[in-house]
Amino acid sequence: MMWLLKPESIPEKLLVMVLAIALFALVMGFVLAVVDRPRLPKWIPVTGYLGPSLLLITFGLLWPGVITIRNSFYDRRGQDFVGLENYAIIFTDSGFLTVLLNTFWWVLLVPSIATALGLVYAVLVDRSRFEKFAKTLIFLPMAISMVGASIIWKFVYEFRDPGVKGTRPQVGLLNQIVVWLGGTPQQWMTNPPLNTFMLIIVMIWIQAGFAMTVLSAAIKAIPDETIEAANVDGATGLRLFFWVTVPSVRPAIIVVLTTIAMGTLKAFDVVKTMTGGNFGTSVIANEFYTQSFGRNGENIGNALAVLLFLIITPIIIYNLRQMRISEGER
Amino acid sequence: MSDDTRVEAQRKLTRKEQRQIDAKNRLSSPAASVIAILVAILWTTPTAGLLVTSFRQPLDISRSGWWTAVSNPDFSMKAFGEAIAQNPLNFSSSGWLMPFTDPHFSLDNYAEALDTHNLGMSFVNSFIITIPAVIIPIILALLAAYAFAWIDFKGRNILFAFVFSLQVVPIQVTLVPLLGQYTAWHLQNTLWTLWLSHTIFGLPLAIYLLHNFMKEIPRSLIEAARVDGAGHVRVFFQVLLPLLVPAIASFGIFQFLWVWNDLLVSLTFAAAEDAPITRIINEMVGSFGSKWYLLSAGAFISMAVPVVVFLALQRYFVRGLLAGGVKG
Repeated sequence: MMWLLKPESIPEKLLVMVLAIALFALVMGFVLAVVDRPRLPKWIPVTGYLGPSLLLITFGLLWPGVITIRNSFYDRRGQDFVGLENYAIIFTDSGFLTVLLNTFWWVLLVPSIATALGLVYAVLVDRSRFEKFAKTLIFLPMAISMVGASIIWKFVYEFRDPGVKGTRPQVGLLNQIVVWLGGTPQQWMTNPPLNTFMLIIVMIWIQAGFAMTVLSAAIKAIPDETIEAANVDGATGLRLFFWVTVPSVRPAIIVVLTTIAMGTLKAFDVVKTMTGGNFGTSVIANEFYTQSFGRNGENIGNALAVLLFLIITPIIIYNLRQMRISEGER
Repeated sequence: MSDDTRVEAQRKLTRKEQRQIDAKNRLSSPAASVIAILVAILWTTPTAGLLVTSFRQPLDISRSGWWTAVSNPDFSMKAFGEAIAQNPLNFSSSGWLMPFTDPHFSLDNYAEALDTHNLGMSFVNSFIITIPAVIIPIILALLAAYAFAWIDFKGRNILFAFVFSLQVVPIQVTLVPLLGQYTAWHLQNTLWTLWLSHTIFGLPLAIYLLHNFMKEIPRSLIEAARVDGAGHVRVFFQVLLPLLVPAIASFGIFQFLWVWNDLLVSLTFAAAEDAPITRIINEMVGSFGSKWYLLSAGAFISMAVPVVVFLALQRYFVRGLLAGGVKG
């Protein structure tokens, strides 16, 4: 039965894959067959339908969450209670303080700039002839992995030491542009704090499409009457944008801002792929991985995960409350 | 036609016209169009650059920028003029110094990338990881969402709030304990941990999305089927499922892109021989530094599938986004 756990060749893997799906389908079919009898008490079908999902969620999200919170107060072996020591290290060690500062910049800049760009772009292409195509172009980075996006941008940022006479050609577009403008090529990825902002640009590039899509839908939902009334009052162009469009889509803007903020907090792929968190570019999500699966020492990884959780929760609560308010207004 | 309707029709027409004029105004505002086009170019250039690079020869890549891939380094207006003056009737490229040359494009980089580092194998791994990780949560979530939407039971709202609120748990919080549990069960480094983990992480969003769509189905449809004597299973398969196809597609694409593009879960749980393509690409960045002929081709191999899925099913993806649930 070893091959069922550790299939080695591709055909074996495919077979196990099909078996895994069939297994779940069978279990579900069994549940359906058992619970769908008339005159059974109601709790039986409810348990049958909800049971598997609730069991998995409890096992995979709730229980590990509780364990991690507990472990963040213990040493690495999980035996000695150390209180807030793990947290104290994060907030006093200069390396970790850099991580916190970087995370702050990420969460401040990525949602705001991506949302602003998405909003402006959505307004610019609204009802234009090439709208669909133009939107797809901006949206496409959402589909490619952050790893893929990182490689695309690593190439843009590629640095060639120009040498004494400055004759080596730059193959990275950004440095070539710098050279064309008469500047000196930069090592974008190794100079803190510049490198953190170069990484933030990548995340903005990825997220702006999401902002643009949601905000574009919100803009299209603005009633024609509102626009017409504003036109009658003489509002056009920028005034229309700031006095009518932005206030009308404010709930959508908040949802977009908070959603991108959450995604940015949790994402570590860009940092991991582009710098590995070196040169002072690490963020909480990346440092969590490095601490949990890389080094030994204090139990910092768990504390970082809990910290992430603590930062995300209020953002989500705010998001939910805003959604409920805007639903109530409708 | 009565006067009233004529007036009505005229008013509508003018409104429609007004709209067209508006649209024209917006379009003919040259600044707006120029900015939109510039942003679109700006957004696409990094990708285009790497794509061009992936077809160039390794030596060319290291010697010159991708933007020179089709340009002639010897070209200048002066030389061009001299060449015409010398040989005014020879239009062939050997006679005149042309601004463009034959680029040396090939698929060699792709072939080598697939050979190196088992990139081909990891490509298949990505499918093997992704397919069950999309299908299983859909099956589970359909049942759960049905119960939440259409069976009245005590504590329903509290349970639903519980499932929904677990969306806030960042995956990072769960990884270390889960790894410990998998190890205790001797499941570590197997594909099963990946399928199970991705299923679990996808479930709250799946249940939430499918529940929202199910709620919108009119109660009368379901009650009519009930009156005909249909049980839950028949209601589910005959009435609800056909109506839910868009919702399922919407979540399915989300989960597909999420799992295919995942790095964190595979880094944590997958054995080296089961590693998906994103992880191999990430490793290549470490080991091949700036071997751009391999990295660029590898990146595009890894992007091909999600981009095709995205372009083909964009409509459903956007619908899922607008339904309010987004997983970061």
